[in-house]
Amino acid sequence: MPYILQLQSLKKHYATQKAVDDISFDIEKGTIFGLLGPNGAGKTTLLRMVTGILYPDSGNIILDGKPFNAETDILKLGYMPEERGLYKKMKIGEQAIYLAQLKGLSKSEALEKIKYWFKKLEMESWWNKKVEDLSKGMSQKLQFVTTVLHEPKLIILDEPFSGLDPVNANLIKDEIFGLAQRGSTIIFSTHRMEQVEEICDHIVLVNLGKKLLDGTVAGVKQQFKENKYHLQLANPIQEVSASAAFSILEQKANAYTVKIHDGYSSNDVLQYFIQQHGTIAAFNEILPSLNDIFIQLVDGTKSVTRAFEPVSA
Amino acid sequence: MNKVWLIARREFLSRVQKKTFLLTTILLPLIIFVFYGLIIYFSVKNTDAIKIAIADNAHVFGKKIESKGEIQFNFVQNETLNSLKAKIAKKEIDGYVWVNKDFKLQQKDTLSFVSGKTIGLMTRDEIQHKINTSLEEQRLLSSLQINKTELDSIQKGNEIKFATLEGKEEKEVNDAKAGVSFGVGYAAGFLIYIILFIYGTMVMRGVMEEKTNRIAEVIISSVKPFQLMMGKITGIGAVGLVQFIIWITLTITLRVVLPTLIPQLQETTNVMNASGAQAVETVKSTGVLDTFMHGMNEINFPLIIGCFIFYFIGGYLLYSSLFAAVGSAVNEDPQDAQSLLLPITMPIIFGIVIMTKAVNDPTSTIAVFGSLFPLTSPIVMMARIPFGVPITVPYWQLALSMIFLILGFLGTTWLSAKIYRVGILMYGKKPTWKEMWKWAMR
Repeated sequence: MPYILQLQSLKKHYATQKAVDDISFDIEKGTIFGLLGPNGAGKTTLLRMVTGILYPDSGNIILDGKPFNAETDILKLGYMPEERGLYKKMKIGEQAIYLAQLKGLSKSEALEKIKYWFKKLEMESWWNKKVEDLSKGMSQKLQFVTTVLHEPKLIILDEPFSGLDPVNANLIKDEIFGLAQRGSTIIFSTHRMEQVEEICDHIVLVNLGKKLLDGTVAGVKQQFKENKYHLQLANPIQEVSASAAFSILEQKANAYTVKIHDGYSSNDVLQYFIQQHGTIAAFNEILPSLNDIFIQLVDGTKSVTRAFEPVSA
Repeated sequence: MNKVWLIARREFLSRVQKKTFLLTTILLPLIIFVFYGLIIYFSVKNTDAIKIAIADNAHVFGKKIESKGEIQFNFVQNETLNSLKAKIAKKEIDGYVWVNKDFKLQQKDTLSFVSGKTIGLMTRDEIQHKINTSLEEQRLLSSLQINKTELDSIQKGNEIKFATLEGKEEKEVNDAKAGVSFGVGYAAGFLIYIILFIYGTMVMRGVMEEKTNRIAEVIISSVKPFQLMMGKITGIGAVGLVQFIIWITLTITLRVVLPTLIPQLQETTNVMNASGAQAVETVKSTGVLDTFMHGMNEINFPLIIGCFIFYFIGGYLLYSSLFAAVGSAVNEDPQDAQSLLLPITMPIIFGIVIMTKAVNDPTSTIAVFGSLFPLTSPIVMMARIPFGVPITVPYWQLALSMIFLILGFLGTTWLSAKIYRVGILMYGKKPTWKEMWKWAMR
């Protein structure tokens, strides 16, 4: 069974809208999976169903080959919601133990794991401090620890980097990679596309409760590529004449942005420039950024407006 | 259940380990006790004595008028109005009553009382009462041609023994017992009233903690909302219980220890005890404390304490879950909670209102209704029970009341759990009860 999670035709409708409208996808074990979408797309509702906080109106959730059971599968999940929070007045060490015990760990197990993580992330001196004494970045680090310390098979992080400075963000990123290497699967929900490109293997884009994209990062980029290439010459050549194979979109000194027409390949372009006595310095494909793809797909679609309705996202 | 225990334990420890806990728990009853003591002290003991001279020129009064407390009556001879006025100026007396030579006993002439300073209303009443009683006595003595001893024996009432029919048996009603029942019933009912309010709001604020700290989702991903709610209710209830026990032991120790340390207080504590009991009327010289104790012995304390515990727990469970539901619906601002709380606080207040009627008439219809209806029964039934089971409260009423209360709190817990489940994750507009009802029906 290569899949840690399988969502099948999930639906969650509220009185005023369809938050999740027939969404299905599979997540392979050990991957870092990105769940993307604009605000109000249905991401949080989806994640809450996966963690058992909400129940779907219809559809199936299969966790590790078995139907998801909110009560018994708690230990397999780790959830860091977007709405970040910890008990402000409680001491850190105590709180970490409490949260771990709520998950089902024994006190001694919890203590051991907390000590391990605190040491790893240089948080040992925080043990007796209260959460309200921490800065935002620090409390997020703490929350991250409480989410992963019971070594869940499936870790769900909703905007984990929001509010972190680059150093801490990097730290968390490294930890995410480390966890994936050790076999955990990570679902990562965010708006920040540049992070997605860096970290994720596979992505799904949702909007208005429906799935718009489902594929690997590379695959999606290929899907949306516009056959644009960047060509850098070492020496200037004379004016480039029109060609059936390509058109020049932009030119700056010796750097050209070309679009290769259907039916032709990059070799055709290279051959042309070589024939023109140009020396190729660099040549690479310009793939669209996920940011561009996101905007392309989402922009212009009717966004969900929640005008004065007390409905949760 | 294990998780409920974990949550309850955290709630309990986080409150009990705070320094403020010990401070409020011990300091508060101390302050109240001192305050109460001072009030009683000042109301019972008037500091200044009031000396009144009576110039009985018509010899209508008898030999003397009994002085009461701070009011002292002295008969003076051979004084004139001026000399009396001078005495007032010199502060030898505080006031005088001038009875003219030609004052006739049978006339209801107005007597004048002149005082150097303003006399309070209550004292004026006392003086009027004393003078009139004395005059009345004199009138009786002269018209009936008897002496004081004969008059006293005429005026002395017969003792009437009250008994209620229990089956075929006549069971004697102890006057002191009736008075003490009144007091104990009132106290018990009132106590439950206060408990429900204080700990109910404590639960509500406790429930809001997850929302204000924004940790609700994290916790709910590990435990079921119902477990969280019950954990909070149990934990906070335990805190309440501990506080309550500390208060009781403290109050008892103070009551016992202090009077021995400060003899003056002994007198006032006796008065305190008796003031609630109608037994004061029937008691003459046999020491107020004795009768009080006698009355106390008649009351079935184990039953009362047992029932108190039951109604305390039952009432707490019933109301705290409702308070929890409100707490889960509001966002951070306790002000929002006020309007939502109204339908919950109404029955509690209603209960107190019924209770004041019930202690006067424990078998009235309204009292019976109040002690059966689960929203008011913790207060009303507790007020009725000291009057005697099964004399005043038949076994079937007690049983029915307990069953209804259990059903009541099961019902409110179920309802509140549904509201809590939705409310705890919702941030946004403050909901109305109508909306909350819809949540419950989802």
